[in-house]
Amino acid sequence: MADNIDIKVEFTGGLEMLFSDKRNHKISLPAVDSDGQPANVAFLIKYLCENVMKSQKKDLFVLDGSVRPGILVLINDADWELEGEDQYELQAGDNVVFVSTLHGG
Amino acid sequence: MPPQLCTHCKTARAQILRPKNHSRLCAACFTSVFESEVAATITSTALFHPGERIAIGASGGKDSCVLASVLKTLNDRYKWGLDLVLLSVDEGITGYRDHSLDAVRRNAKELDLPLHIVSYEELYGWSMDQVVAQIGKKGNCTYCGVFRRQALDRGAARLGVRHVVTGHNADDVAETVLMNLLRGDLMRLGRATGIVTSTPAAAVDGLKDADGDDGAGAGGEVGITNVKRSKPLMYAYEKEIVLYAHHKKLDYFSTECIYSPEAFRGSARTLIKNLERIRPESILDVVRSGIEMARLVPEADGGCRGACGAKGAKKEVIQPDDEDEGNGGCGTGNGRGSGGEMAEMERKLLMDERAEEMGTETEIQPRPVQNGVGADGVKGRQEATPAPHPASTTIVPVRPKKKDGAPRAAVALPGKQTLGRCERCGYLSSQAVCKACVLLEGLNKSRPRTAIAVDASHG
Repeated sequence: MADNIDIKVEFTGGLEMLFSDKRNHKISLPAVDSDGQPANVAFLIKYLCENVMKSQKKDLFVLDGSVRPGILVLINDADWELEGEDQYELQAGDNVVFVSTLHGG
Repeated sequence: MPPQLCTHCKTARAQILRPKNHSRLCAACFTSVFESEVAATITSTALFHPGERIAIGASGGKDSCVLASVLKTLNDRYKWGLDLVLLSVDEGITGYRDHSLDAVRRNAKELDLPLHIVSYEELYGWSMDQVVAQIGKKGNCTYCGVFRRQALDRGAARLGVRHVVTGHNADDVAETVLMNLLRGDLMRLGRATGIVTSTPAAAVDGLKDADGDDGAGAGGEVGITNVKRSKPLMYAYEKEIVLYAHHKKLDYFSTECIYSPEAFRGSARTLIKNLERIRPESILDVVRSGIEMARLVPEADGGCRGACGAKGAKKEVIQPDDEDEGNGGCGTGNGRGSGGEMAEMERKLLMDERAEEMGTETEIQPRPVQNGVGADGVKGRQEATPAPHPASTTIVPVRPKKKDGAPRAAVALPGKQTLGRCERCGYLSSQAVCKACVLLEGLNKSRPRTAIAVDASHG
């Protein structure tokens, strides 16, 4: 059994600055969460906050347990609302993009 | 879960859930629908005329980047014959604007559009970095907002362009509507919700028609005040603008202005985004409500707020409205919130005289309203409407004016103000000296000291 699933995570629209100013990240995510449930996007978000984010400004990414309103999440280039939002179960090779709409234009 | 199919083409995988109507579209259908809707906004409001020269206020951010891309696409597709040019303002904010201007340069190349950059430094002798060094981070957005408006107008004038389009989106408009509601400032709704905002100042000297064909300076030279503004994306969700940029792989810059305080607007923004999550239609509904309310408020748009009473008049000259209204300086992009109340008041004054000539303006505010004490303007309207006058008095303490006491005195003009030009720079102003010149005067007065200090610190 694979213990980890490898996915690609991209931060854009200004979120890069919370993640070492790096846009593309390769993440090897535990295949199951601490409760033994398959890793979903909610788990990924938690994982990113705890393990990848370098900035202290966590609330610019997560608010009240979910991604801050105004940040779009794309799962394999589709709105996460179409994919089950944070309950979407991640598969190896998935591409998850977090785009902030909160910055000036 | 099985992939959902695009409700439009019914073949490709759905990738976008549209906030306005919950339809699910694939990227290709979304792109095409988004473009068609912007085209519909433009044609239904008769925003442009064939062959019109249009300057796109380009900040390098997502909104103006999408605006430029869509306008270029539509112009080519529908053969509108628009002469498009990118116009950027360099505020002189190191670490912010320099990077975003690089993005604009790449856009210009990509879209094959000419780019013109005007800088605060060349126009005013002050970059924003210098202004901030002078006055501190607090309140600097006032300067930036006031300067930007003129900068865009001056840039447009140099290019011989009478019409500047900006990338304001539905979320921006909804934010502004909410902010105006939260402040009890219904007078401003017209400006917030009108697709065309400033009036061609050809009307100013009463010599010309609103179409500006014989505007200031013959031979293609456009007077600096003879520039109108519009926001073709005002019905487009910010989410969709970002997704459009994403799916079209547009190259934009996204970092907040390093000086942006985001105070009041930030809260309104958070509110809007929270609402969107619960009920996405809310954003366009707020926009629509703003438009409807603007119709109901006599003199919405500034009107007599200054002219009709000494207290109200205090608001006219220096308005540190930056932190909220003046998204202008706050990293939200070129031309946003630009002129503050000055422009809005000026527009109102113009409308007093010219409303009947301005189709789009009249749509925002159905009748020209007299600027006097309201009897004329309010006549025949609902009882509730006289409220603005007391309201404007109560606003004053809420938005304290900390500086430049002197100019205020000059503002307590009796009755209807006449619109003229700033005696120093010639910019459209109802005051003898325009807002930018007043701000500059303050800056320049204290410059010698600071200049020495700055030199010393460098040296």
